[in-house]
Amino acid sequence: MATPLHPLSPARPWRARIAIAGLAGTLIILLLPLGAGFLGTVLPAFGILPAIGTGEVGLTPWRDLAASPGFATSLRLTLVTGLASTALAFALTVGFFASHRQLLGGRLAEALLAPLLASPHSAIAVGLAFLLAPSGWLARLVSPWPSGWTVPPDLVTIHDPWGIALTIGLVVKETPFLVLVTLAALNQVDAPSILRTGAALGYRRRSAWLKLVLPLIYPQIRLPIYIVLAFSLSVVDMALVLGPGNPPTLAVAAVRWFNAPDVTRYPMAAAAALLVLVVVMAAIGFWRVVEMGLARAGRRWIATGRRWHPAIELGEVLATGVFAALALGIAALASMVVWSFAWRWPFPHRLPVEWTVALWTQQASSLTGPLINTIGLALATTAMSLAVAIAAFEILENHSFALPAVVRAAALPLLLPQVAFQFGAQVLLVGLHLDGDLIGVCWLQMAFVLPYVLLALADPWRALDGRYARSAAALGASQVRILLAIKLPILLRPLLIAGAIGFAVSVAQYLPTLFAGGGRIATLTTEAVTRSSGGDRRVVGLLVTLQAALPMLIYGAALVIPKVLYANRRGMAGAA
Amino acid sequence: MRPGLVLKSVTIAVDGRVLMENLDLAIAPGEVVTLMGQSGSGKSTLVNYIGGHLDRGFRASGSVHLGGRNITAMPAAERRVGLLFQDDLLFPHLSVLENLLFGLAASVRGRVARRELAVGELARAGLSGFEDRDPATLSGGQRARVALLRTLLARPDALLLDEPFGKLDPGLRSVFRTVVFDQTRQQGIPVLLVTHDGADAEAAGGRVVTLA
Repeated sequence: MATPLHPLSPARPWRARIAIAGLAGTLIILLLPLGAGFLGTVLPAFGILPAIGTGEVGLTPWRDLAASPGFATSLRLTLVTGLASTALAFALTVGFFASHRQLLGGRLAEALLAPLLASPHSAIAVGLAFLLAPSGWLARLVSPWPSGWTVPPDLVTIHDPWGIALTIGLVVKETPFLVLVTLAALNQVDAPSILRTGAALGYRRRSAWLKLVLPLIYPQIRLPIYIVLAFSLSVVDMALVLGPGNPPTLAVAAVRWFNAPDVTRYPMAAAAALLVLVVVMAAIGFWRVVEMGLARAGRRWIATGRRWHPAIELGEVLATGVFAALALGIAALASMVVWSFAWRWPFPHRLPVEWTVALWTQQASSLTGPLINTIGLALATTAMSLAVAIAAFEILENHSFALPAVVRAAALPLLLPQVAFQFGAQVLLVGLHLDGDLIGVCWLQMAFVLPYVLLALADPWRALDGRYARSAAALGASQVRILLAIKLPILLRPLLIAGAIGFAVSVAQYLPTLFAGGGRIATLTTEAVTRSSGGDRRVVGLLVTLQAALPMLIYGAALVIPKVLYANRRGMAGAA
Repeated sequence: MRPGLVLKSVTIAVDGRVLMENLDLAIAPGEVVTLMGQSGSGKSTLVNYIGGHLDRGFRASGSVHLGGRNITAMPAAERRVGLLFQDDLLFPHLSVLENLLFGLAASVRGRVARRELAVGELARAGLSGFEDRDPATLSGGQRARVALLRTLLARPDALLLDEPFGKLDPGLRSVFRTVVFDQTRQQGIPVLLVTHDGADAEAAGGRVVTLA
């Protein structure tokens, strides 16, 4: 060879270096609260807390935690509700897709799934609390006939000591999410022809789906399942609204101790928060092991060649469970809307005896603050997340980084329990005088909004035919022009949908808002959770209605805007 | 005669595998050189190398010259090398006219002048009245013609054709081929045509280079 081969270097290496450095710097700043937060949880958990000068380094916080009343119950409650709800949501989803070609004919499904996906967890929890409460809609449905109740029955439904209401709440909120990600995964495989092949070999739909389709798509839904698992084990807002009060789940206990006026509880709170993290990691590991065991058993089952197994018929039951979960969720939200228009609604009336719109006008002034905070935070975090995501994808793509690896790394914050970071992050904000400040809340929320936006945008971005950009470059267009005039307009729909998801995630944030806001920044979500116990149900109904309606509106706009803008562009109709 | 597209001892390797070694090639203005070879022989790699679209991970040496300029290290957008693929890749969010205006060299100034020029070219290509059409509603042959027009309006100094006739049906294919080669000859553009199809090479009528 005459000359040595050289790698192809970018035409403007310094520009590339600046871009990559800028991106890395941005990500570090955005993720700083996680790192600082972790440190601020680990140190006190081992007695290192200079601020209150307990001084004694050691395992005392853990001993205190283990000796605290109800600790064992808390731990068991956390594990059971988290694992059971995730396993149930997954089983329902699998049973459903094994049994049905599609979801109620597509359209209706979208209409049913969208409100549940877009609504904050706390909104669904508060709605369910009313639905399931002794004085709630379900009890009213059977009263006074046939139950004979004229006053609310003396039953423990929500806040039950076994965490059943909490488990139901988690299943209702997470099943739609798993259905959605499964639908997305199914788009990547040719399930119909796989099932046809199976049928030609004598396998009926459910067997063929379990043996042939599920193994293909599982790798793609694994990460979402782990996210659900991590969330369910560490959720605070839903557990406050639906879970048992004494003893509560670990995450709730940690938050309670953090907020206790007695600062000596800090180390124990930190230990509890750290334990939640350990529980989450252990649960994910446990799930992985079970996964591998089931996969092995599944392969053996496939090799037997048996075309049918009685257990398969369970699929229909599970599929019905999906409808039940959707119905509960929708009814929960609907009940809140009804409450917001109720003037008088005594038990056991199924609907209000007197209706009014007065509440909406009366409360307008007192809810303006939380509403504006909610919208402002959501818009700011969404816009920043979109900008960072676009810059990240553009830079990484131009430098041939492996996008999937980067996106997986970005999803990491979603696998970590929020409670394990919030306290330490609050310390960081106090140090920077950003506590109780919208900027601080924004910063803390970013660590959770950005990963969802990145995840939502990654596939469409990768799916965009790279030859469009090449054609544009061959026509003399610069990188910037290609991005602004070609890539972003073609990706408009997925961009808006990613934005809508980011918006919904921001609206739903409870812990980051609570901690970074130092209790001084109220959003619809913090208000709804605070007022859910003991507050005026009509005001709570109003709050939850707004909480659910806001993300829905944005989601609707994300679907409609591209349709209007590209009404005459058939090539854009199905674009991602 | 002014120099066309010149490759000087181009060697390209990927993952330690050498795709081509010390390839020298000169394509005069208006000349069409056909590049043939089996799949995986590096035809498209060479096209991407010349156009400046090669993914990182490839290693190369040698140089590319166009109209006397050394374009080896230039970004794709500054090379003035046009590119046509098997798929027309009309931008789906733009109308036919907007696609052409995106391509039309910025040296043509004035909104009205640019529009008139593009509309005129469209008419000459037998597509008058198609300005505001959605590209997705055009037939395959019409889309191919718009894509060619878009490429030529950018006034490239060279044209790379990566199996551009592959998806057209046989009748349309020969018509479109004639249109392409007439245009490039007329405008004195050196053309490198990558194809599997012997008939394409015959129609091009020029030299045939085969990559092993």
